[in-house]
Amino acid sequence: MVTTITSFGRSGTFDWLYQRVTAVLLTIYTFFIVGFIFLSKDFGYESWSALFAHRWMRVFTLLALLSTVVHAWIGLWSVITDYITNLLMGAKATVLRLVIELLLAAVAVFYTAWGIEILWGL
Amino acid sequence: MLKVSIYRYNPETDKAPYMQDYELDTQGKDLMVLDVLELLKAQDPTLSFRRSCREGVCGSDGMNISGRNGLACTTPLSEAARKGKLVLRPLPGLPVIRDLVVDMEQFYEQYKKIEPYLQNDTPAPAIERLQSPEEREKLDGLYECILCACCSTACPSFWWNPDKFIGPAGLLQAYRFLADSRDEATDERLSKLDDPFSVFRCHGIQNCVNVCPKGLNPTRAIGHIRHMLLARAV
Ligand code: SF4
Ligand code: SF4
Ligand code: FES
Repeated sequence: MVTTITSFGRSGTFDWLYQRVTAVLLTIYTFFIVGFIFLSKDFGYESWSALFAHRWMRVFTLLALLSTVVHAWIGLWSVITDYITNLLMGAKATVLRLVIELLLAAVAVFYTAWGIEILWGL
Repeated sequence: MLKVSIYRYNPETDKAPYMQDYELDTQGKDLMVLDVLELLKAQDPTLSFRRSCREGVCGSDGMNISGRNGLACTTPLSEAARKGKLVLRPLPGLPVIRDLVVDMEQFYEQYKKIEPYLQNDTPAPAIERLQSPEEREKLDGLYECILCACCSTACPSFWWNPDKFIGPAGLLQAYRFLADSRDEATDERLSKLDDPFSVFRCHGIQNCVNVCPKGLNPTRAIGHIRHMLLARAV
């Protein structure tokens, strides 16, 4: 058992499942948006803002945004812990990992807040 | 003439490892790589490597043969030599003790973690713990592992985190005990594997399957463990 406190769910099984669930949601969202753009007859500002006037669309978009954050965190966390290890670069890896993780967390919070602001026109 | 290039390193005399070239007259025979090493050792007694059974049973002579991990004793020159040249290096990712001899400590540490022995606290029956033929069949493709480390040292996830990721060899054995109808510690075993490293560092690239000299499939075993963990968690 390896203890980690910065992985998303702290359990490998949990992270694995969330990585897949968010991937599915993001795929559906992408297909939906691309489909909407190419299939709607007169695509433009009108139809776009009409779409986002629906509450379900805002919630769906927020879910996609949160999924992106979770998906990116799990993915990047495993990249960081693969390549920035104490085995490779000694004690400074710990500091470097922590700095990158804090940066990623800041970016995640920023985009989430900004997304909510845009979606609900706050 | 066969050209052989071998990784040499003696920490007592060499500052850095280097490749040494040898030549050998194989008299047209399709020797095993281990035979080549034995013949070269007769020329140069300082050449070091591990070996024992010379028939793919003991797992001592795992090494990197022309870029691919395998057992020297079961790999023929016809498979390993390219354009009359053979390149031998130690298993990648583990500390080198000398020449082709690596320090397997990290590999065994991971093996130890999975508690590779049957755990059953029920008093043993008078004769033996019985298994049906179907239950026994589940261990096929698992128990045959000879712990040669060819798989784990071909796995990038094991290179990056040899202290945290159990690696294909250890996980194949973990599943061997999870799948054993006589073992009662299934839940405890799974709890110990549930972190983000032990099992989940496997990204399914299957380098392990590609090199296993016994034709075993660690990736499939890892998939089974993942399903057991998932079934237990949701
Ligand atoms: S699974 Fe295959 S390659 Fe890995 S240690 Fe066992 S026998 Fe060797
Ligand atoms: S399938 Fe998994 S265990 Fe096998 S080499 Fe790839 S990452 Fe390693
Ligand atoms: S010498 Fe025993 S496996 Fe090759």
